[in-house]
Amino acid sequence: MLSAILTLGLMGLLAAVALGLAARKFAVETDPRELALVEVMPGANCGACGYPGCGGFAKALLEGKAMASDCSPGGKEVAERVAHILGVEAVAPEPEVAVVLCQGDNQKARVKYLYQGLRDCVAAQALAQGPKECPGGCLGLGTCARVCPFGAIEMTAEGLAVISRRKCTGCRKCVGACPRKVIAMTPLHAEVHVLCNSHDKGAAVRKYCDIGCIACHICAKTSPGAYRIDNFLARVDYEARQSPLEAVPKCPTRCIRDFTQGYPEGSRFAPPVVPLHAKDAAPSP
Amino acid sequence: MKSSAFSGGVHPQDFKQFTASLAVESCPLPEELVLPLVMHIGAPATPCVEVGSRVKKGQLIAAPKGFVSAGVHASTSGEIRAIEPRMHVNGSRMQAMVLVPDGEDAWADGLEGAGPNELTGDDIRDRIRAAGIVGLGGAAFPTAVKLSPPEAKRINTLIINGVECEPFLTADHRLMLEEGERVLDGIEILRCLLGVDRAILGIEDNKPDAIAHMDKLCRKSVVEVKALPVRYPQGAEKQLIFAACGRTVPSGGLPMDVGVVVQNVGTAAAVSDAIRKGRPLVERICTVSGPGLVRPANLRIPIGAPLSHLVKVCGGLRGRTTKILAGGPMMGMAQAGLEASATKGTSGLLIFDETAAQLRPEGPCIRCGRCVSACPMRISPTTIAAYSRLDMIDAAEQNNAMDCIECGCCSYICPAGLPLVQSLRYARGAIAARRRRV
Repeated sequence: MLSAILTLGLMGLLAAVALGLAARKFAVETDPRELALVEVMPGANCGACGYPGCGGFAKALLEGKAMASDCSPGGKEVAERVAHILGVEAVAPEPEVAVVLCQGDNQKARVKYLYQGLRDCVAAQALAQGPKECPGGCLGLGTCARVCPFGAIEMTAEGLAVISRRKCTGCRKCVGACPRKVIAMTPLHAEVHVLCNSHDKGAAVRKYCDIGCIACHICAKTSPGAYRIDNFLARVDYEARQSPLEAVPKCPTRCIRDFTQGYPEGSRFAPPVVPLHAKDAAPSP
Repeated sequence: MKSSAFSGGVHPQDFKQFTASLAVESCPLPEELVLPLVMHIGAPATPCVEVGSRVKKGQLIAAPKGFVSAGVHASTSGEIRAIEPRMHVNGSRMQAMVLVPDGEDAWADGLEGAGPNELTGDDIRDRIRAAGIVGLGGAAFPTAVKLSPPEAKRINTLIINGVECEPFLTADHRLMLEEGERVLDGIEILRCLLGVDRAILGIEDNKPDAIAHMDKLCRKSVVEVKALPVRYPQGAEKQLIFAACGRTVPSGGLPMDVGVVVQNVGTAAAVSDAIRKGRPLVERICTVSGPGLVRPANLRIPIGAPLSHLVKVCGGLRGRTTKILAGGPMMGMAQAGLEASATKGTSGLLIFDETAAQLRPEGPCIRCGRCVSACPMRISPTTIAAYSRLDMIDAAEQNNAMDCIECGCCSYICPAGLPLVQSLRYARGAIAARRRRV
């Protein structure tokens, strides 16, 4: 009995000494600021900054490679805190959100062929450029929703990706994942968008989509200066001073959407009740 | 010598009865021919004639760009109406030259052939390159590149692929039966060019007439005709090498690593035309078949003939068309319509009605391992597919996803109807993209 206690006790003591020595000898020096930086970051490890996770971003900051404002999910708040730790001036990034520039779900847009296979947009796109007639529309198989680290993208029952303007942090993961480049980064204050991504001529768009842009120029005439029509596709000019609002009800195919009035059909996201640029004041999730 | 059998493979019903006994008929000229600048593996060809110019049959209209590339020749005489994006059999719109035939079908001047022993090896290689010849089995790899092995690789065997293991297709079968002399001449040219004394012509033994015919023709030459057991994918390059001469191409390697060059019988015939008659590759034999077609046929088509034209020549569609494939049913490319045109690699056009092509509901994997036993490359499709679905590209690569030849055996055999080949293709695409980035 006694010998057992002694033996185990001695072994424990030896191991403790060895561990203590090893901890001293092999200690890795870390900059205390690195830990502090990781502490203030959102911790999503989304990679939006271009570095491997929040730890990688902290390291890059200390090495002077990254800017305090490079963390788009963190927004203004994180940029300020990071700047404080590093002792530099805070430059608030222009907040952006991702928008799916399409409303052509399975009800509104025609399909080219019946697709059966992997539920993945990249795989479907490899098969004759995707099952949709429209060359630019959302395929609706949810690749973007799966890569979103913030759960900000929902797939409607009819196969359309919709991005929540509250949950989106602007990390751009979905933009990189979408094989059809239908997701665009837009300034957060812009609430009106042309939700179409087809550069085909109006007659062609009409054939395959009920809600696509037919480049009729009515928006540009109704709200002069607020829209640009480029290669048969209208876009809101986000830099313009003119308001694009007046043209929204005039669009014959209703492909211009004012997000303060609600999300595309089928989405369960509640429409933003407060003006969207008030988001900065809202507590971050 | 007894042939070795590769491991794995499947036995799909061959459906060759539709066209196996039908002689090759020539296809009338369509209203327009669409010749994509990419009909081969490698860099796109560059147009070398202007829109509106008149061209003769066999005239070079787009020159190869770089070593791994192939030129495009006018498949009949006429006028170049446009150079614009057109639907390609691969499903995307790609730059193509639109040729409107003038109906005369007049050959260009100065196309002269050469007799045996008139040309040196380099001349022959240059002529093959100038003729725009690519592998006619389906992959369409430029033939001249395959025939230029680096010094370090010693080639001692030429294998000619007359297997035609895809169901429905009978183009190579009919070619061997009707134009065996031309095939044999092409084989002899290739054999002399490579300087090898051993040439093996592999034919699957569901074509006894072709085996007997070629055997008779080859009696005077050193070409050995070998009957191979019927099993898909017997005609895949690595499987054929193993079956014909017992050599195993290492993972990630090429046939030349084991001293072998493989060419298709159609390619051999095209080589014969290029050398003996000086004619570039402007036509091929294409099997237009399937239960959804009024009159299946083996057609000698001008390259660039629209698929809709081929269907029209074969009497039109029958029943409710549900699936269209360019190529064979195992590896062919599904088409969204008949808008595309036949390329150099289009060995078949298959039309299925609703009785033949049905959507199979997808079930869960039951770990039966049939895909593993069927895989001729000895990889584990179900494992790689699982990694592919989870986007674990590293793990897929470690499980040798890049060895996959996309033969389709795993998807064919899967009782759950899982899209295994598609998963593997997805993983291969991701791995290749990452390798390009690094």
